[in-house]
Amino acid sequence: MQRVASLQAVSYSERSRSGTVAFLVMVALLLVAPTVIYPLFLMKVLCFALFACAFNLLIGYVGLLSFGHALYFGWASYVSAYTAKAWGFTPELAILSGAATAAAFGLVAGALAIRRQGIYFAMITLALAQMMYFFAVQAPFTGGEDGIQAVPRGHLFGLISLADPMAMYTVVVVVFLACFLVIYRIIHSPFGEVLKAIRENEARAISLGYKTDRYKLVAFVLSATLAGVAGGMKAIVFQLASLTDVYWAMSGEVVLMTLVGGLGTVFGPVVGAFVIIAMQNYLAAFGQWVMVIQGSIFVACVMLFRRGVIGEIANLFGIKL
Amino acid sequence: MFEIFGIPSQALFGQLLIGLINGSFYALLSLGLAVIFGMLNIINFTHGAQYMLGAFCAYFVLTYAGLNYWFALVIAPIVVGATGVVIERVFLQWLYKLDHLYGLLLTFGLALVIEGVFRNYFGSSGLPYRVPDALQGGQNLGFMFLPNYRAWVVAFSLVVCLATWYLIERTRLGAYLRAATENPTLVRAFGINVPRMITLTYGFGVGLAALAGVMAAPIYNVSPQMGADLIIIVFAVVVIGGMGSIMGAIVTGFGLGVIEGLTKVFFPEASNTVIFVIMAIVLLIRPAGLFGRGT
Repeated sequence: MQRVASLQAVSYSERSRSGTVAFLVMVALLLVAPTVIYPLFLMKVLCFALFACAFNLLIGYVGLLSFGHALYFGWASYVSAYTAKAWGFTPELAILSGAATAAAFGLVAGALAIRRQGIYFAMITLALAQMMYFFAVQAPFTGGEDGIQAVPRGHLFGLISLADPMAMYTVVVVVFLACFLVIYRIIHSPFGEVLKAIRENEARAISLGYKTDRYKLVAFVLSATLAGVAGGMKAIVFQLASLTDVYWAMSGEVVLMTLVGGLGTVFGPVVGAFVIIAMQNYLAAFGQWVMVIQGSIFVACVMLFRRGVIGEIANLFGIKL
Repeated sequence: MFEIFGIPSQALFGQLLIGLINGSFYALLSLGLAVIFGMLNIINFTHGAQYMLGAFCAYFVLTYAGLNYWFALVIAPIVVGATGVVIERVFLQWLYKLDHLYGLLLTFGLALVIEGVFRNYFGSSGLPYRVPDALQGGQNLGFMFLPNYRAWVVAFSLVVCLATWYLIERTRLGAYLRAATENPTLVRAFGINVPRMITLTYGFGVGLAALAGVMAAPIYNVSPQMGADLIIIVFAVVVIGGMGSIMGAIVTGFGLGVIEGLTKVFFPEASNTVIFVIMAIVLLIRPAGLFGRGT
């Protein structure tokens, strides 16, 4: 993994200050943005930003590459869409039930995948996700190729209508910021320090008496749950759950977002999600070339700048972001 | 006509044959992945795209040069293998010292580029490729009809797999390879050009994928996404077998193909997922894989 050695010299207060400033800048941008940018686009970015942050919790802080995160994102979006549409759940309950589903899947898939290390871990998560993709194709409630359409946005807590884009945007921003802070808290907790120790040297962490498998599993479930929140929220915002969200290409996209923004940086996945979603939006006219461009970005990131956008900036200024 | 477990024998043996054919491709592809992983410590995500390139190479050679299947069987692995050598020199050689996830990400990106380009020019629908004249028709075995071409695919891929096993496990070159897998520095100290060996190993593994692609062309259509979903199944096969053993990769490949074929007969709904379910069970019982050593 790419690490920024010079950071160790920076004092703790200085590090946390740059993080706080960056956070406040992000909040300010989110407040101003809807006056300049189309809110639906912003909400899409935020859903994927949360998805990428959840994914980054695993790759960036435990060193586990899950190539099957579409499983949690996509299935949560199905469950949220279904409960909101068929059972009349309010949006917050629909998103929570999606997240709970993702947590349950994460527990099972995580327990299986952590039985193998390194490259096998990536292959197992990918294979399990593909299995659940086939289930989604066949299961009656997912609607097959059509997906679940016309999902009602409903009323938050049964009171506030989310049909208005600004109301919906506010909810998305609040959920995103709350989850972002949760992730920040996890990373900077004693638990997070153990995760980083596992990333750096798992054998050493075991010899120090940590049950690393349990830590890895908890991190996996947390990551899956947060990915589920992102997926459920996307289903409510776009009123649609479809096969695209559970397909392996989606797993690849979240890896790309995180890689572009910077693996193991707190703000990287947010920037990465913005860059990739914006690119897809503006290059949609090029059809299949988007796939080629995404592939080229993968290659360029791996060959030329493995730190990602935020990682490079942090390195340049010797700060932690 | 007779029945086995209430299933007409035609259907049963027909699906078994399809299982063996799929198994041949699983075996050839997982063999290539195992050989590449052994030397390069990289999981070659581009493998599916290179299988597709093999099939397209056969198609181009036939359409633009008029060279038939038998030429394609030789030309495609060499041409696609050569592109593999270029990929190794330009990209992969810089990644060996990094975490192996970068190898996976890079080859994933390359797969997207290759598949995207082909989709752009050839769309999603497949192009037909004729079964070669010498292998037209089939044999009536009494209990089933066996198309000649399919028999050829199973037999030939078995020969290629066993030849690869012999090359790696029984020859001097194979001994160098295995030694370099264990301890490249020491093998270099004995005066063997390990970097060149790594490059050629990648080319060889990619060539195997292309060979599988040529064989697949007359059975499935030649289409840009023919390798994309297949590679994920092959990953599951590799997890089940473990990449430590060449023979293990071959046996697992054929075995899983047959099991998948049988599932199509007895429980068709599960035929897409059976290999993944087996993977989960193997992980529970033998985490290192059936033929794996350690992790």
